[in-house]
Amino acid sequence: MKAEPARTEIPGELRLEMHARLLRVRIASRRLAELYREQEMRTPAHFGLGQEAVAVGVVTALRPGDVVYSHHRAHNHYLASGGSVYELAAELYGREAGCSRGRGGSAHLTAQAVGFIASTAILGETIAIATGSALAFSMRGERRLAVSFFGEAACEEGIFYESINYAAIRRLPVLYVCENNLYSTESPLSVRQPAGTELCERARSFKLKAERVDGNDLAAVYEASARLADGLRRGEGPAFLECMTYRWLEHVGPHFDHEAGRTYRSREEVESWMQRCPVKRSAAEIIRLGVADEAALAALSNGITRDVEDAVKRARAADPPPQGDLYADVW
Amino acid sequence: MSGDALRPARNIKFKDALSEGLCMAMERDPGIFVTGISVDYPSGIFGSTVEALRRFGPARVFDAPAMENALTGIAIGAAVMGMRPVVVHPRNDFMFLAFDQLINVAAKWRYMYGGRAGSVPIVVRGIIGRGWGQGPTHSQSLQSVLAHFPGLAVVMPASPEDAKGLTMAALRASHPVIILEHRSLFELTGPVPEEYYATPFGHAKVVRPGVDLTLVATSYMVQEALVAAGVLAKEGIEVEIIDPRSIRPLDEETILASVRKTGRLIVADTSWECCGFSSEIAALAAEKAFDALRGPVRRLSSPNCPAPVAASLESVLYPKASTIVGLSLHMLGRHPQGNLRGIDAVDTFKGPY
Ligand SMILES: Cc1ncc(C[n+]2csc(CCOP(=O)(O)OP(=O)(O)O)c2C)c(N)n1
Ligand SMILES: [Mg+2]
Repeated sequence: MKAEPARTEIPGELRLEMHARLLRVRIASRRLAELYREQEMRTPAHFGLGQEAVAVGVVTALRPGDVVYSHHRAHNHYLASGGSVYELAAELYGREAGCSRGRGGSAHLTAQAVGFIASTAILGETIAIATGSALAFSMRGERRLAVSFFGEAACEEGIFYESINYAAIRRLPVLYVCENNLYSTESPLSVRQPAGTELCERARSFKLKAERVDGNDLAAVYEASARLADGLRRGEGPAFLECMTYRWLEHVGPHFDHEAGRTYRSREEVESWMQRCPVKRSAAEIIRLGVADEAALAALSNGITRDVEDAVKRARAADPPPQGDLYADVW
Repeated sequence: MSGDALRPARNIKFKDALSEGLCMAMERDPGIFVTGISVDYPSGIFGSTVEALRRFGPARVFDAPAMENALTGIAIGAAVMGMRPVVVHPRNDFMFLAFDQLINVAAKWRYMYGGRAGSVPIVVRGIIGRGWGQGPTHSQSLQSVLAHFPGLAVVMPASPEDAKGLTMAALRASHPVIILEHRSLFELTGPVPEEYYATPFGHAKVVRPGVDLTLVATSYMVQEALVAAGVLAKEGIEVEIIDPRSIRPLDEETILASVRKTGRLIVADTSWECCGFSSEIAALAAEKAFDALRGPVRRLSSPNCPAPVAASLESVLYPKASTIVGLSLHMLGRHPQGNLRGIDAVDTFKGPY
């Protein structure tokens, strides 16, 4: 990654707002992963710890009316969009109060009131679906954007190429956000993409605008997203944003690799990425710029922790879906 | 409301009835658009999209690259934003490439978000090929596979009237609908009401009443069944032909009532037997009308091989009117008089597609 440009142009207020959002995603995700260990949430969950800045940076560049889609690792995008912690926790617990009323689980989230349309569990699906929402906006002449979040393994699926090709032909207002965390479950990039692969180059060869950023740098993600979103709103056609980041926990489940005896990544590698924690980096930047001090950030964090705690407790106590509703909503 | 009671009806072709249904629906709902390979060609999906393009223009009827899976996902994403996409596949065999979006997404959307992410009222049309060497990958019939999954409606119009009525019903449904249209029916002429009407899903049609034997026939097999029933009538045998029209949801009652009346059942379907629609109907009769059955249920469907190309092989591939007559007589303990082959329609299809 190149040297970071100065970013004094982001107003302090916005920095703080983004940081608060980042903290909310982090604190909620961490708490859910802790509770997940109790085996009360019976849904395979892909936690996004370590990758939160991507979701927050991108979503902050959006406007009301824009829509967000996500993949199997969906919690960050749902929370960053403003999805309710209570409804997410209730979904994981299999409660009627869950965002999908306990029918979808961790990978099938929705919060349409805040623009988070849906996440799905099969690789690449929502890349096409987001493209279709952008098609609807384009056909109706609406100045709205669709965003699709996915992992770099989705760029190994045919549907990615079908979708970006189509979006480019029709100049659709869709932002494709690839979170490159270097792994697909336990498979490293080296067995999946030829050495020297630049996903941005692939996107450019399909005539998309493409940028690569440090996905653990909140301000960098936000700035790149805002830049690309501007172009999209001007009708300049689809864009691809690759965010380099890293997943802290095992692929699916609440453990660190070493706790679960997983050997596909070294402990040093994981720890070196944890040094580049997006939350710590954002906090340091805010303090360095004098936007807020350590005590203020701690107070912010404590407030969020209390809210999260209240939400997860209520979610756990909430009612399960009545069994008589098994067949409801098939059509 | 069923189309049966509506007047005036005039005789038009199946393909024109499809087109009329589509255009009437597009007139009412500006969110409807039509896309897929070749929908805007002058040949317009064997004539069924030409008028829609002429009337509503390229903003609502437009070509697409060959990208069946993503295009289906795109249709879903547009539907979630309030549009009503119609995706057309010139052969339903191409839909295999779209199964992820159709089955993992469209069929489950409403349910898997607990009804809180809306629904995806997409319409997918797939044309079933037959004859003239369409062969192993261009003449399959996907209703059995698709109807397996909760959340998808699968319909098969067998007459011009239902071609229009089912199209209009699909275009106002609140869920995904797959319409499988048989290529051999496109030139078929029949009475079609001029009004807007929707043929409800889950209502079978008694195409011809009878008392001696129930013949459940899908899609093009209804035509073969009608020929067979005419021949059998001359033998004093009255066959009751039932066209389910929708494979899912299925009108069990109409079929069961007929079986209870006749005690004999043949199912003539365009797909294969194994885990197929014909087996489903056989199971239905066995489970819910067993006491009424006076003999084994018989299935007439594609033989257990891929469709060959050579005319010599193709000519023995499909069950025809003569097959139905032979089997019906056998079930009733009668013997065919003379060579039945003469009753089969001569295939007038002109190639290549
Ligand atoms: C079509 C399909 N194939 C395989 C899987 C199993 N699977 C789930 S997540 C995953 C890894 C995806 O990696 P990536 O897209 O990079 O996202 P990440 O998990 O790293 O966030 C795989 C292979 C799937 N869900 N869908
Ligand atoms: Mg990955």
